[in-house]
Amino acid sequence: MYKIAKKKVLNPTVVEMHIEAPLVARKAQPGQFIILRVDEDGERIPLTVAGTDPEAGTVKIIFQVVGGTTEKLRHKEEGEFIQDFVGPLGVATHLDGLKKVCIVGGGVGCAIAMPIAERLHELGAEVTSIIGFRNKDLLICEEEFAAASNKLIVMTDDGSYGRHGNVTVPLKEMLEAGEQFDMIITIGPLIMMKFVVATAKPFGTPVTVSMNPIMIDGTGMCGGCRLTLNVDGRKVTKFACVDGPDFNGYEVDFDEAMSRGRMYTDFERHAYEETCNLFQKEVQ
Amino acid sequence: MAPNMSPKRNEMPTQDPAVRAHNFDEVALGYSEEAAINEALRCLNCKNMPCVAGCPVRIHIPEFINKIKEGDFEGAYQVIARSSSLPAVCGRVCPQETQCEERCVRGIKGESVGIGRLERFVADWHNTFVSAPPVKPEPNGHKVAIIGSGPSGLTCAGDLAKKGYQVTVFEALHTAGGVLVYGIPEFRLPKSIVAKEVDGLKALDVKVETNVVIGKTLTIDELFEMGYEAVFIGSGAGLPNFMGIPGESLKGVYSANEFLTRSNLMKAYREHPSTPIMKGGTVAVVGGGNVAMDAARTALRLGADKVYIVYRRSMEELPARKEEVEHAMEEGIDFRLLNNPVEILGYNNPDDPRDPKNGCVVGMKCIKMELGEPDERGRRRPVPVPGSEYVLDVDTVVISIGTSPNPLIKDTTDGLEVNRHGGIIVNEDGLTSRQAVYAGGDAVTGAATVISAMGAGKQAAKAIDEYLSK
Repeated sequence: MYKIAKKKVLNPTVVEMHIEAPLVARKAQPGQFIILRVDEDGERIPLTVAGTDPEAGTVKIIFQVVGGTTEKLRHKEEGEFIQDFVGPLGVATHLDGLKKVCIVGGGVGCAIAMPIAERLHELGAEVTSIIGFRNKDLLICEEEFAAASNKLIVMTDDGSYGRHGNVTVPLKEMLEAGEQFDMIITIGPLIMMKFVVATAKPFGTPVTVSMNPIMIDGTGMCGGCRLTLNVDGRKVTKFACVDGPDFNGYEVDFDEAMSRGRMYTDFERHAYEETCNLFQKEVQ
Repeated sequence: MAPNMSPKRNEMPTQDPAVRAHNFDEVALGYSEEAAINEALRCLNCKNMPCVAGCPVRIHIPEFINKIKEGDFEGAYQVIARSSSLPAVCGRVCPQETQCEERCVRGIKGESVGIGRLERFVADWHNTFVSAPPVKPEPNGHKVAIIGSGPSGLTCAGDLAKKGYQVTVFEALHTAGGVLVYGIPEFRLPKSIVAKEVDGLKALDVKVETNVVIGKTLTIDELFEMGYEAVFIGSGAGLPNFMGIPGESLKGVYSANEFLTRSNLMKAYREHPSTPIMKGGTVAVVGGGNVAMDAARTALRLGADKVYIVYRRSMEELPARKEEVEHAMEEGIDFRLLNNPVEILGYNNPDDPRDPKNGCVVGMKCIKMELGEPDERGRRRPVPVPGSEYVLDVDTVVISIGTSPNPLIKDTTDGLEVNRHGGIIVNEDGLTSRQAVYAGGDAVTGAATVISAMGAGKQAAKAIDEYLSK
């Protein structure tokens, strides 16, 4: 069992938790993920590490409520326990040698992009961050990004905060103005990452994307997280859990990944509604 | 007592195929005491004991069968327990027909003695009627780490614990048991039996640490820093292989590992599961091993209307355990032998790119095969029959064509040599290229059987004991 040392509600659907898991806290690097189960018989879900405190032995996770499991997790309080917590899994984001980087985060993906921005900042790189949200209420991690970035641009889809529009707008402006980035690192919804890649393509800027496919064991056993890369005209199957979650954005077949990501949409919606009903009944 | 000279073995009582195809309860029900004694009397107690040579852990088979003849079932258990740590498991999942039973002289002019069935009977009898606390040995002060709680790891842990070693088993998943838990379905190996075996180890003070991925959470070098003096790697087979044909990433295509893990480990077969799985419709399982049989029969029990096994060779080459094939056929699994998939077909609504059915499996194009010249292993190579393609209408495809070794430990352990397939290289004792690091089971051999993994775990335990006793 793993104790929830701290809990903070970031916005109506996004929650931050610090979980006591000393071995994971000691090892986790930006870009890696953990898998957790809320309770016995619960499902295993992967969440990217949003930060660690090796001395306190805690791992920070930031999650959005999207289905039954995250809804259950949201109702867990400080001092309570979750059943399982394993990691760190996956390969850490490669940051060595990067001098000038553009981080493009979308929605809850910003929580995962944040430790990467922080690490790059520590390493002395010049960091430009573009973070986008649907609206002002969903904004997260602004202060952290401000502290870790040489330049921060906040975008909202409806213009209720920061600039109006999506994250590719300022990215394109900068690239067109002749900004040279060693790397663009983008984390967020698949569709957003797909368009970040498309935006960068004419300029030839390398793009790293962080994939978050459906996963069960996360250790290289089930193969559920497979995705197709187009490498020099060849199709190659890779596994996000052991080969990723970071990939070369130009190689990823996003359309396939989006289709696979929707495999259990109905099930998830149903599970979410059932869990909500359950909690409502308890309240009544 | 006079031997029982019936050429036929005592039948194994099973659940009715029509009933069991819709539940996850165990298929084979086990011998009664009478049937067990009657079957034991078929053993001729051969002096040269050919059956023992066929057993990877060298169980003293005639000796335990003699005890059954005398009605001393606990005595029989104690004979088996000298050699095997998991008799209730092996009695159920060993491919006896290619091991002990293949060598049985009764098999020459009839059916061999049902050794596996007797082993199962004895183990179940013990688990039902005997609950003596284990005799804990005097601790010898040495610490050993075991990576993986599957058959090789549990065996190695058990053998070392009985010799007084302080053993910790590290398991990546949330439940101990490895393939016995995530891979083999409940209807073939009830999980309560695996849990009992693990509890037996815990009673010997073996520590089981779940949620620790060696190679990630901790490395082998760190285990030595923590005071472990020897390490056994029993991390199992790795990532599933795919065929490399178009359509393998469509919605509704699973590896057998994923399909079985969802059902077995994550309990997706229960009502209102928290982990989803595709149920119902028509399912094609590609492959002919035990894992393919497990996947096909699981699909049936999850509510499929129709399940195919698609295998590119003939029944003669089909590698699955005979009893599983028979059970699958009785349950109505349709065997499409000498068939090979060439493409998986998906739904595509040209008028609506947002149609949720887009990208879902609707069929699998297969080509018929015939057997050609034998390959280097003597198996006749299947070759496609030109122009014989046809489409099988299916909603779900489960690919069960083997696995490739997991890279996590190799990538984080300096000096650990692997072969060109990625399997860890070991000598006859199970010693790897690293001092005090041993390995066995699927991590070494690639996908194989529970009992051969147990044999490797046993060998490594012996070698570790010799190494640390020096």
